Amino acid sequence: MSDNNEDDDLDLRSLNDEELAEQIGDDLYDGLKDEVVEGVEILLERGWTPYDILTKALVAGMKIVGDDFRDGILFVPEVLLAANAMKAGMEILRPLLVETGAPKAGKMVIGTVKGDIHDIGKNIVAMMMEGAGFEVINLGINVEAEQFLAAIDEHKPHILGMSALLTTTMPYMKTVIEELEKKGIRDDIIVLVGGAPLNEDFARAIQADAYCKDAAVAVDTAKELMQRKHNIST
Amino acid sequence: MSRTSLPELMEERGWLLADGATGTNLFMKGLESGYPPELWNDEKPDIIQWLHQGFIDAGSDIILTNSFGGSRYRLMLHKAQDRVAELNEKAARLAGALAEKADRPVVVAGSVGPTGEIFENAGGTLAYEDGVAAFAEQIAALAEGGVDVVWIETMSSTEEAQAAVQAARQVAPDLPVVVTMSFDTAGRTMMGVRPADLAGFAAEQNLFAFGSNCGTGAPDLLLGVLEMTEAAPEATVVAKANAGVPEFKDGEIVYSGTVELAGVYAKMAMDAGARIIGGCCGNTFEHVAEMKRALNGHAPGPRPTRPDVEARLGPIQQATGHKCAHGHGHGEGGARRRRRRRG
Repeated sequence: MSDNNEDDDLDLRSLNDEELAEQIGDDLYDGLKDEVVEGVEILLERGWTPYDILTKALVAGMKIVGDDFRDGILFVPEVLLAANAMKAGMEILRPLLVETGAPKAGKMVIGTVKGDIHDIGKNIVAMMMEGAGFEVINLGINVEAEQFLAAIDEHKPHILGMSALLTTTMPYMKTVIEELEKKGIRDDIIVLVGGAPLNEDFARAIQADAYCKDAAVAVDTAKELMQRKHNIST
Repeated sequence: MSRTSLPELMEERGWLLADGATGTNLFMKGLESGYPPELWNDEKPDIIQWLHQGFIDAGSDIILTNSFGGSRYRLMLHKAQDRVAELNEKAARLAGALAEKADRPVVVAGSVGPTGEIFENAGGTLAYEDGVAAFAEQIAALAEGGVDVVWIETMSSTEEAQAAVQAARQVAPDLPVVVTMSFDTAGRTMMGVRPADLAGFAAEQNLFAFGSNCGTGAPDLLLGVLEMTEAAPEATVVAKANAGVPEFKDGEIVYSGTVELAGVYAKMAMDAGARIIGGCCGNTFEHVAEMKRALNGHAPGPRPTRPDVEARLGPIQQATGHKCAHGHGHGEGGARRRRRRRG
């Protein structure tokens, strides 16, 4: 867009707080990592709490990225860039969030199941969940049932997320859920599953709590199920 | 029977039948979830040959080798990255031996799937040259084992497809090359490639054929085929759809698509302009035999429309293209917002 090229040296400091928070969202959308970092630093200087920066700038920005990914406007390469920019901002905020004891939306353990090396979708979900204020423990790819169980034992997450991109690996999700049942902890945790070959019926058949079509849906589903669980237990 | 080339056979016949699923059929023979099927080229060659023979008997003119995950990046996961040459060559020979025994020409296509990595030039970490080297290693072994065509499938990124094609040209310059992609995200690949983009890529790269495989079921796949044949009406387009969607029954993955629907799909694929027709996940020998019955003597009808596809094969799973009605001013495929430059 021509009007964007006139001045490449936008001075983020010249923006008021509200404009700057919005600008950080725009920069996230465009995957401009350095600009996101600068914006976060300026808001910190201006006395914003880490939690406000997270929710009002980063989370709000990633929400638009997630929505446009869901709607087929953005695709994986753009989302990866946005996620990297988000990550850079989060690296500044994470220690501060811990220090200030900011509220967390919940905790999630996530991984791609045994035999499957597909990292992309799972990482996008992890980033979006972090972007929505969840603490995410990402176990990576080729994760065996024992590794999932050990991580659940260690971190006591609210949510377990499993990903599979291959027809040959998706049944392994059922194996993991069976192991949870055997240990008697299936009902303590929300199990979300996703990946290209999956669908809702499959998720139901293996007794997951929900199938999440994409990262935006994963975030919404996680929030909704956390809320429901909260209502039941209180 | 002596082997024939894919271009010759296509010239002679006008359309060809490919095969069906590999992974889902191997499940029936005890393949465990998470285990790499490529290792069976060494451990259970009889089962791999059972698979190929089943498709030959069902009428397939083209069979794909059991080498989809045979690149070093995929085999690394199972600490078999040092066995790329062996496993791919075996895959080619297992299929080739049966093609030679068949009483009609059967083309052996060397299957090459994605590395699972994202290329640097597509926002990821795998250097393009490393990708080319990995594909070259795999394709050289397939060629050594005697494949008739390099069959690059289930791709989602143009950068990765480009690396695989470049590798094929380097190590097997005499073999025809076919590329199929999975259009499973809003009518594009997950990396954002449109079916028409693949048609353009195929013309640039002088591919023998291109098309679509796997993804989210036959109705969606056919929309992609329609887009490709519209963009390149003279091209040889491949359709290899899944048999419905996966369901989990009694501990096994079963695809929902019936054998009868496979015949309907095959005829519609031909009407849509596809000239190499087969199946991907969930397609058994019976599905492929039904495609053969349906296609034999089928006089291609008018190009199906989206409502025709939905009426006969079921609903489209993925919306194609974002029809934006809420006026936030983004162009087709463009970013919705841009960094604003202010004073």
